[in-house]
Amino acid sequence: MSPELINLIIQATGESLYMVGIAALLGTVFGLPLGVFLATSRKGELFAAPLVNRVLGAIVNATRSTPFIILVVAIIPFTRFVAGTSIGSTAAIVPLTIASAPFIARLVEAAIREVDGGLIETASSFGASPLQIVLKVLIPEALPGLLLALTLAVVSLLGYSAMVGAVGGGGLGDLGIRYGYQRFMPEMMLAVVVVLIALVQLVQSAGDYLARRVNRRLRHR
Amino acid sequence: MNAHQSLAVGQPIAPPEAMSPAAAAPDAMVRFESISKTYPAYRGKPGVNALQDIDFAIPRGSITGVIGRSGAGKSSLVRLINGLEKPTTGRVIVDNSDISALVGRELRLAQRSIGMIFQHFNLLSSRTAADNIALPLEIAGWTRADIKARVAELLALVGIADKHDRYPSELSGGQKQRVGIARALATRPSVLLSDEATSALDPQTTRAILDLLASINRELGVTIVLITHEMSVVRQLAREVVVLDAGRVVESGHVADIFTHPKHPITQSFLAEVIGDSLPVSLASRIVAEPPVGGQAVIRVQVRGAGAGDTVVARLARELGLDVALLSARIDEIGGQHVGSLVLGIPGREDAQARVMAWLSQYQFPAEHLGYVA
Repeated sequence: MSPELINLIIQATGESLYMVGIAALLGTVFGLPLGVFLATSRKGELFAAPLVNRVLGAIVNATRSTPFIILVVAIIPFTRFVAGTSIGSTAAIVPLTIASAPFIARLVEAAIREVDGGLIETASSFGASPLQIVLKVLIPEALPGLLLALTLAVVSLLGYSAMVGAVGGGGLGDLGIRYGYQRFMPEMMLAVVVVLIALVQLVQSAGDYLARRVNRRLRHR
Repeated sequence: MNAHQSLAVGQPIAPPEAMSPAAAAPDAMVRFESISKTYPAYRGKPGVNALQDIDFAIPRGSITGVIGRSGAGKSSLVRLINGLEKPTTGRVIVDNSDISALVGRELRLAQRSIGMIFQHFNLLSSRTAADNIALPLEIAGWTRADIKARVAELLALVGIADKHDRYPSELSGGQKQRVGIARALATRPSVLLSDEATSALDPQTTRAILDLLASINRELGVTIVLITHEMSVVRQLAREVVVLDAGRVVESGHVADIFTHPKHPITQSFLAEVIGDSLPVSLASRIVAEPPVGGQAVIRVQVRGAGAGDTVVARLARELGLDVALLSARIDEIGGQHVGSLVLGIPGREDAQARVMAWLSQYQFPAEHLGYVA
């Protein structure tokens, strides 16, 4: 493979990592509080607001059921408003974030709900405020699950990022389509797939490792 | 009893002029005043009257057991004390303030003076023993240095100073409950609530934990409220007891008084757990209804009170001139009083049996004739 093509792969990998990294970060910034709220706002829970819970739940479901490629196109005006343009890697971060935040929120919700309810009662019994319960009990206790959730979200984002070539987002998926498929270069397609597999393996292993590190429910002997 | 009266457990009834809420029981740490608690019907499940007509006081500095079967309302009762639940009617006065009326920040401040320990310990798996104990102090806004000193003190108090950096997954059940106790005591509460704290522990560990609670009560003067379904816990530790059944207090008072003269069937059934109400199998299988030739009449005698068990057999033998056989006996001590039952074999003739029964009833030992053995 020529040095030019290798340079293309390196550049595309950089674009993918940039888009996925920033989108995962922003998705967590929005998705984590949303997920915590979804997990604690049903009737009788810490931040009980059943109506808000149902409305947010419906919005999350609607976003998650929209195919990503349609979401990308549908929110082009919004993307232009936020990023100043609807073309390129930076613009692609907007739909990636909007797709990942509800996904992360649902994963966070599930992880938080795994925390033993007795711990909430315990913290309440010594006078912890709802916010203190979230910050000192729920999130630390759910941390292994949260890290695995984030890992899953990053892996999904890598998949999503392959589609943003449609709006000039660049990245590995785009490279595979344009060179590997449209220009009949199977070795390019293969290279892109190999890089993606390596990235997913790397992300998953790192996530598993971190989750195991913070999981004190297991004995470390 | 009307809404403004409340009886301190084991206290004589105060004269009527002392019955105003503030003066009714000046040494009460916790006072329930006309409490009822109803859980409303929800999603097709019918409503539940968890507690009704609850009126009693827990003396300051006491160890008070609240005993009842599952579903008797024990958990609801204890959660009223620390404001985790609100009564449907009535008031709960803790340390002279009405905790049932507090909400938000004021409630959270009041909760710092009420510690609680749990059946399943409820430790944070993500924190070491020391950091678990530090949690209520962090929540109360203590400084890092103060927390460090206090945590070291507490770890030593509960006897696990060497487990400072251990995670709960590396501790035994007894050690976890010690961490739980240290955490509950961290903010120097005046009341310690124990919700079945030893129910998940083996008998030996239970004993050690109960001893620890007793020494905490003695040395720190912390009032301890023990919620339990185990008679052995009340017997070993409590001086006062409240017997709860179907959401009502059926008996309350000094442990010795209640269990030497149990009135309610529930109380009697708890007592039976300690002294046993069944005969040894080998004896039970030999009992017949008709007296065989040369057989013995079998009589069960209840003994109550200090030293009562020691003398019954000897006095019967001496005063009636009979060879009384001791077929089975179970005597235990509750609150310094002997409580138990003896199964006696009375030899021979009908009149011996009648004389024994008459003698027992004269000295007020409850007795029943069970049958005969050859």
